[in-house]
Amino acid sequence: MTGSSLQGLLSGSIIAGTPLLYATLGEVIGERAGIINLGLEGVMLMGAAVGFSTTVQTGNPALGVFAAALAGALFNMIFGFLVIERRANQLASGLALMFCGAGLSALLGAPYIGSQIKGLNEIRIPILSDLPVAGTILFHYDILVYLVVPIAILVWWALFYTRWGLSLRAVGEKPTAVFAAGRHPYRLQYEALFVAGLLGGIAGAYLSLAVAKTWAEWMTAGRGFVAVALVIFSKWHPLRAIAGALLFGGAIALQLQMQARGVPISPFLLDMLPYLLSLGVLAVWGGARRHAAPASLGQVFRGTE
Amino acid sequence: MALTDNRTSNVLSGPGGWVTSSIRFFALFILAFLVFAILLLAFGKNPIKAYADIFSSTLGSTYGFSEILVKMIPLTLTAVAVAVPSRIWLINVGGEGQLYIGALFATWGALNFNTLPAWILLPFISVLGVLGGGLWGSISGILRAKGWVSETISTLLLNYVAILLTNFFVFGPWKDMESANYPQTAEFVDAATLPSFVGTRVHAGFVFPLAALILFYFVLTRTRWGLEMRAIGGNPEAARRSGIPINGYIILLMFIGGGLAGLAGMVEVSAIQGRLRPSLSPGYGFIGFLISWMAGGNPLGMVAAAFLLAIVTAGGDILQMAHGLPGSAVNILNALILFVVLARQGGKSGVK
Repeated sequence: MTGSSLQGLLSGSIIAGTPLLYATLGEVIGERAGIINLGLEGVMLMGAAVGFSTTVQTGNPALGVFAAALAGALFNMIFGFLVIERRANQLASGLALMFCGAGLSALLGAPYIGSQIKGLNEIRIPILSDLPVAGTILFHYDILVYLVVPIAILVWWALFYTRWGLSLRAVGEKPTAVFAAGRHPYRLQYEALFVAGLLGGIAGAYLSLAVAKTWAEWMTAGRGFVAVALVIFSKWHPLRAIAGALLFGGAIALQLQMQARGVPISPFLLDMLPYLLSLGVLAVWGGARRHAAPASLGQVFRGTE
Repeated sequence: MALTDNRTSNVLSGPGGWVTSSIRFFALFILAFLVFAILLLAFGKNPIKAYADIFSSTLGSTYGFSEILVKMIPLTLTAVAVAVPSRIWLINVGGEGQLYIGALFATWGALNFNTLPAWILLPFISVLGVLGGGLWGSISGILRAKGWVSETISTLLLNYVAILLTNFFVFGPWKDMESANYPQTAEFVDAATLPSFVGTRVHAGFVFPLAALILFYFVLTRTRWGLEMRAIGGNPEAARRSGIPINGYIILLMFIGGGLAGLAGMVEVSAIQGRLRPSLSPGYGFIGFLISWMAGGNPLGMVAAAFLLAIVTAGGDILQMAHGLPGSAVNILNALILFVVLARQGGKSGVK
């Protein structure tokens, strides 16, 4: 592989890994609070559609990102109501949320099919962006790429070094203990899902505003489910998620590079790469998983009897 | 992961007997339809006209009604495909992918053995459909039995792989040279086509869901296997200690579930499409999941729910063609129906 294609692969991994990382961080927060949300796919679709339509309407991608984050968070509250208030099954509720998001985003996005946007501005950092190789690989992106690693660190700090994070993780492990300590598990879980929705919305917006620069139905193409797999791969840890997102972003970038270079393999087979990698990685990691998962993941606090 | 759920709770068997629970069941759907109507209104569509169109074109004519029955065939199969593994808490969300692989296997048989007479070829491609979907389902079964990957995640991811694999064959090696730019295989010979009833598209494949439902009910309530499955579903640890091969059941039930979804794929290529196309299914596998959840795995409930969602699915086409809505907008209605069902089931089991 030549130097330039290796550079392309690396920067491709960063671009493809960015939305995955936003989504994964959100899911990590939710799962740490004991809630597994398969509806992430729907949340991302909502973010993608709302972000894109807002950007077309206002001409301001920053507003688009804000609207997408808010839409994702509010949309995730439907899921919160079902699994927290109504104690519904999390997996089925998540899939229902995915359907709802797919339909609603199709409805919202329909008038904007074919619209053109400029997308997010590339921000050049003085000196750093002019470095020979590293400059092109690391410092030629938009604001959301630069922010994603700091946000991962912020999530890590919030989860492990604040009272809020401690309580949140405790809800995922043993909700009764949190209740006994005087904080209500439901409130914390709603908060976790709200933040998860914000991040999921941003992830979707990144796909429509920065990667595709267009809107298409089902444009997330299973990225939300890949992110759920990534959470397991990261062992529910925000910093490990950075490495995971880069690896999975790499799989997507590799597939795109091979297609662009006309490698004589059917694009349909190449497209399988991220999904197969998710499965393969999970299978290898499977044994370790049980020890790392929050103890009460998937169960709902039913009060202290 | 011990994930709580309400496998045994069933919207049709609420307190207060059959009549009141049917009324309650119905009231829930009215709620879902109302919310969807408000949404349609918000997007500048006329909900009354939309619903009138949906119901008149499906229930208002013999042909429309027969089309509902046509859709119920794959929907009931994919619903049982979810219900079978759910007896031991397995969540099969891979119906869509299993359907595609079933169709793929059946197409292989139909294209390569097209000289066989119908009485051999049709059973042969049916078995191939079951085998394809079954093997695809048992990948997830094995991954789960080994304790490597939860079947929920693996079935979800394998959906995408299955659809891509189908696209690969349809766009690539199996592409029919005579259909120019259309990605599709050659047309099936008559011997590989399930016969239809005169004047409709209702076809002989209706015996498959019927047989599946009866067998499902019979095995579950009248056999040792049903008892063992209930034991695993009730208390896996106790079942394991009493010598029930849980891992065997996991793989077997994922095979059966996948096989039924695969059969739905065979039915669609053989009777409806007549060839393999990428647009084989409008999400039958996913809608089957909703049906199974709505009915809590109850056989009659699944038929009722399949009927309702067949109307909704057909309604999606009407909303798209006559009202200019995107085809997947109807997913909102599907989701709303599942929302109300889930909200009720969950609330009920929470009162313990």
